[in-house]
Amino acid sequence: MANEAQDGSMDTKKRRFLIGATAAVGSVGVVAAVLPLGWSMMPSERARAAGAPVEVDISKLEPGQQIKVEWRGKVVWVINRTPTMLQNLPKLDSQLADPNSNDSIQPADAKNGYRSIKPEIFVAVGICTHLGCSPTYRPDIAPADLGPEWLGGFFCPCHQSKFDLAARVYKGVPAPTNLTIPPYKFVSDTRLLVGSADKSA
Amino acid sequence: MQKILTWIDDRFPLTALWKSQVSEYYAPKNFNFWYFFGSLALVVLVMQILTGIFLTMSYKPDATKAFESVEYIMRDVAGGWFIRYAHSTGASAFFIVVYLHMFRALLYGSYRKPRELLWIVGCFIYLALMAEAFFGYLLPWGQMSYWGAQVIVNLFSTVPIIGDDLGTWIRGDYTVSDVTLNRFFAFHVIAVPLVLLILVAVHLMALHEVGSNNPDGVEIKDRKDPTTGHPLDGIPFHPYYTVKDIVGVVVFLAFFSIVVFFWPDGGGYFLEANNFIPANPLQTPEHIAPVWYFTPFYAMLRAVPSFLNSQFWGVLVMGAAVVVLFFLPWLDRSKVKSIRYRGSLYKGWLALFVVSFLILGYLGVVPVTVWGQFSDKVPLLATADKATVVARVLTVVYFLFFLLMPWYTARDKTKPVPERVTG
Repeated sequence: MANEAQDGSMDTKKRRFLIGATAAVGSVGVVAAVLPLGWSMMPSERARAAGAPVEVDISKLEPGQQIKVEWRGKVVWVINRTPTMLQNLPKLDSQLADPNSNDSIQPADAKNGYRSIKPEIFVAVGICTHLGCSPTYRPDIAPADLGPEWLGGFFCPCHQSKFDLAARVYKGVPAPTNLTIPPYKFVSDTRLLVGSADKSA
Repeated sequence: MQKILTWIDDRFPLTALWKSQVSEYYAPKNFNFWYFFGSLALVVLVMQILTGIFLTMSYKPDATKAFESVEYIMRDVAGGWFIRYAHSTGASAFFIVVYLHMFRALLYGSYRKPRELLWIVGCFIYLALMAEAFFGYLLPWGQMSYWGAQVIVNLFSTVPIIGDDLGTWIRGDYTVSDVTLNRFFAFHVIAVPLVLLILVAVHLMALHEVGSNNPDGVEIKDRKDPTTGHPLDGIPFHPYYTVKDIVGVVVFLAFFSIVVFFWPDGGGYFLEANNFIPANPLQTPEHIAPVWYFTPFYAMLRAVPSFLNSQFWGVLVMGAAVVVLFFLPWLDRSKVKSIRYRGSLYKGWLALFVVSFLILGYLGVVPVTVWGQFSDKVPLLATADKATVVARVLTVVYFLFFLLMPWYTARDKTKPVPERVTG
């Protein structure tokens, strides 16, 4: 080879440098080639588009009734809470892990005792903050399986997490935080737009 | 015939490979019952690949068609029910065989020097197997498939900071959807099986390099016949162990057939009842339990309470329960390998470990309320679910088996190891 010395010995330093440089450039190439593969696993444009806001008609929602709508493939509950339900909420504060929702996710206008914009109309993502199951709506007071203290709320069948009727989590259950309140707004008195809090839309 | 063989041997080391890996691979002569499970694992792997190939011919990885296509396989495809039941039973059989294979290593110290790497490759096989089983379980697109996948993917979402994005990246959507099903299909039928096959090949190469351990934990390579150079206590794998393993395979297939033909759902443990209901993203089943082979780890996950507003700790504990296996070769400080020459300390801890693992496995299938609650008069434990408290204690025992191992194996009173294998 041209860069071998006259006596046939090898410039090992130069050779090691060349091997190292080739390996480094090669690794950059491999990473650059793999990135698009990993990138392709992100949600597609179609999946993103399906994340658009959903309009809900609440004119026929009876007091105490729950309806479920789908937003971004997640279940969203809309519940018309009765005055009794609302009165019971503060009584539970001492048994809750995050009664003031400081560590939980909700839009600013729903960060209050009722966790809602209008006290009676309750909107929440019906997915347990533990591992993503959907808790069951249990408005019944003191049922046999949930004990005499139960004032109504949500019960997760997967790992027995309990929430009150403002979806605030009880102490000592697997779920770490209150259920998430999605961004939403009232388009009119009877129509709700879930997924958008934007005042202009 | 000989001419063809010579022609091939001149171009590919066929005879040489056969000799070095099979007919002149010397294995200890004292293998017992526990040594069936390695070859059985290989047999099950081949069965899974074969049945899997034929299932993909009729299965559709599409959220609107998947459930229906599985029913189509069960009802309309000629012999489809057999292929599917063989595949679903095979998944459980795989884990039964692999758990017994791993337990054999614990009994006879098969992970000890010079077999550390063999053990580590085996742990990777176990991980790949868990991934394979998890991806495959989503494919029937039943309620348990769907919500099981939801729970497991959300384990990744608990990782601090990047968790949510990581979960979305794995699912390819904001929730488990058609996109998720499609990619899990790709992982299940090509990506993970490829990895699994490569790992199994590496596992076998490592095994044949260091040689098999045996129930006495004696290195047979230390004593060789001076004229032939073969281990005095070794016999060629073929024909001696091929014939022995065939007996094992026949007995195994007899049991396997009984399950496939008469008991395909395995009492609700191999195929869960809720999975006969199509996936419904808006309705969580009453009680979610993973398939039995994941339940010991699932019980640990559930036993860990959330702390600092994060339930990442449970995930960490569950992950650590698997990762700790990798360190086993360096945790064991005993002078001997086999349980035959170990003292009562190791035997006691191993028994505790096995019992904990089995009870955790049971607790992982049932709701935490199964044993009721402690009465409010019990100090500290008042109103806590009994099953959760037991699961917490057993999780600690599981980890103590490993973490205290350097201490109790070094202190254990061992018996003298014979120079040659016995019986």
